[in-house]
Amino acid sequence: MVAIDTSGGEALGGGLLTTADGKPLKQALAHAQARARRKALLLVVPLLAFIVITFVVPIGQLLFRSVYNDGFSANMPQVSAWFQETEAGAEPDEAAYAALVADIVASAEARTIGVVGTRVNYEISGTRSLFTSAGRNAKDLQPPYREALLELNAKWADPQLWGVMRSVSSAYSANFYLAAMDLARDANGDIVRAPEDRRIYGMLFLRTLWLSALITGLCLILAYPVAHLLAVLPLARSNLLMILVLLPFWTSLLVRTTSWMVMLQEQGVINNALVALGLVGNESRIQMMYNQAGTIIAMTHILLPFMILPLYSVMRPINPSYVRAARSLGATSWTAFRRVYLPQTLPGIGAGALLVFILAVGYYITPALVGGASGQLISNLIAYHMQDSLNWSLAAALAALLLAGVLILYWLYDRLIGIDNLKLG
Amino acid sequence: MKKILTLSTALTAVGFAAAAQEVTVMSWGGSYTVSQVEAYHKPFTAQTGIKVVSVDADNPATPIKAMVEAGNVTIDVADVEYADAIRLCDEGLLEEIDPSILPPAPDGTPATEDFLPGALTDCAVASIVFSTVFAYDTTKFPEGPTTMADFFDIEKFPGKRGMRKGAKANLEMALMADGVPADEVYAVLETDEGVSRAFVMLDKIKGSTIWWEAGAQPPQLLADGEVSMTTAYNGRIFAAQVAESKPFAIVWDGQVYEYDLFVIPKGAPNLDNALEFVKFSTDTQRLADQAKWISYGPGRKSSGALVGLYQDGKTEMGPHMPTSAENLTNALASSYEFWVDRDSELNERFNAWLAQ
Repeated sequence: MVAIDTSGGEALGGGLLTTADGKPLKQALAHAQARARRKALLLVVPLLAFIVITFVVPIGQLLFRSVYNDGFSANMPQVSAWFQETEAGAEPDEAAYAALVADIVASAEARTIGVVGTRVNYEISGTRSLFTSAGRNAKDLQPPYREALLELNAKWADPQLWGVMRSVSSAYSANFYLAAMDLARDANGDIVRAPEDRRIYGMLFLRTLWLSALITGLCLILAYPVAHLLAVLPLARSNLLMILVLLPFWTSLLVRTTSWMVMLQEQGVINNALVALGLVGNESRIQMMYNQAGTIIAMTHILLPFMILPLYSVMRPINPSYVRAARSLGATSWTAFRRVYLPQTLPGIGAGALLVFILAVGYYITPALVGGASGQLISNLIAYHMQDSLNWSLAAALAALLLAGVLILYWLYDRLIGIDNLKLG
Repeated sequence: MKKILTLSTALTAVGFAAAAQEVTVMSWGGSYTVSQVEAYHKPFTAQTGIKVVSVDADNPATPIKAMVEAGNVTIDVADVEYADAIRLCDEGLLEEIDPSILPPAPDGTPATEDFLPGALTDCAVASIVFSTVFAYDTTKFPEGPTTMADFFDIEKFPGKRGMRKGAKANLEMALMADGVPADEVYAVLETDEGVSRAFVMLDKIKGSTIWWEAGAQPPQLLADGEVSMTTAYNGRIFAAQVAESKPFAIVWDGQVYEYDLFVIPKGAPNLDNALEFVKFSTDTQRLADQAKWISYGPGRKSSGALVGLYQDGKTEMGPHMPTSAENLTNALASSYEFWVDRDSELNERFNAWLAQ
């Protein structure tokens, strides 16, 4: 490698270093490098496009969805306009009621009144039918609209309802994040904790983190000796054993989960074996499924290869003579392990733990099938809001919080251990 | 070469035409879908040549919103519960179905008068009346539970329970078990105290309950011995009792019955075929035919007289129907007005209760 210093060249009084065809060398080099960079870029463009389309855009949409819901504002333009013109807290006048009735009539005709009602219902439950029933009757209403609407239902004069309508008349709102953190707004718009019987997400986030950590720990304890055995055996035999690790790994997740159901259920293989051996009575069969135990057992098994493989790949190249040298210098086997072997496997532990933990945090099928009520994770609630309650904004807010949690953990890992120490093989 | 090209183009055209002649129907799976395939799908294909593709879901109402909003509707007809049909219709996610296109009864009564009260709505046509009941394993309790209160009595009838994972029907059953008469259930449930009262009742069996999601699960849980009693859709238990000779018994006390309805998602790819399918499937004879395969009551008055024997040729269907007089002694008609409005709120509370 020759360092070329053009300024030095000028100081020497000579001309610039040039290539054979007379171009300055630096320029020619930059030109050649730029071309190489363009070529390299062209090669990664497909991947880049793939990542943008399948990863960045959906996550962006998800984050957008968590603060944006135009269910009310898009379908109730006149009353939304009235809210914009008046001060917060203004008493709704006849003009407001007229706008409201006109919007309800139009919305009922366009069959969007259910969307409007659902949006308001997210904020005050029990109000959906207020809108849908008004939608069925609003056409016949005559002015004065205030009296006419109140005659349908006295709830229309409720100041809290008007406060909520004002807040949802803007499509952007942080309320879904509040709901995802078990918070709510009271009648004055202040942030308060949700009633005790509705608090669920905070506890589920904690449970998800705790169970994921536990499963990661169990995987590490189980995987470490296995990976060590695989690493020290002669290649022919370790390959044979490796098949035992990989075969389940290649089996469908659903198949493995349902096989665990066969094993764990009360009339299942394990319980039958225990009863046959006389270890437990027929009446006191152990409940190993439809609770946290089921989630822990099945997920630990399913995620185990993700711990074994990085550990194995880090252990394989460790030279056994290091430990022998430590022993010959007088170290006990525990000290030799702790001070010589373990530090060399740390990158594998880090990689495996991070991999298992992040996979566990987002797991959803296995807890849904074997978790019962107490083994549910936050991802099951996200799936519930995506698929059943169809409150996509809340699902997006929950998912965004989960994403933020994982990113924080990743950042902490980088600060404490250093991401450079991560080694997958 | 030109000949081959013409030929292949013609063949492709035929292929496309054939592919277009189909209709995708989404339903609840298991023995219920079997009854629909036998009573509706097969005769429909035989008569019209339109192929019927059957798809299963835990609850067919839930994929509809996602499909319509994503602009990628892949199903033409779905079989949903009443409250879901109203909710989806209010949100503009369903095609409207004009009741005047439906076939009249054999004696000429127009469909609008022949269907049971409320069985026709703007966007949906009811096919059956089904019921959520509870059933038990007769080998475990020869004496048998007889009332809804027995289901919640773990001391008198020990063993695990199975219940659907959701608020609907469970809250009503809990209140009836707590002594609320059927006709007052929704009035009590309207109040916060009433809801709490239902949850207090559910608390009694929470620790020993397995929560099911798909209708095919409860008979399986009973057969596996995982539970000794479970709530279930009555037709599923009937299928296990009669077709598989399982030792199950249904307790009709406190049953919660309602309609199942056909709906067409907005933007269904084969709208015309979907309408034909709904018309065909909800005529008097087809609805009566379905009762040959599963014990759900037909949604039309004129079908009632045609309901006779189960497909085995010896089981009388009448006594197994949720709507037969002796089964209706203490029964509750599920209120769609209540559930359309309170569904999300009560399920949220149910989930919180479940997770605690």
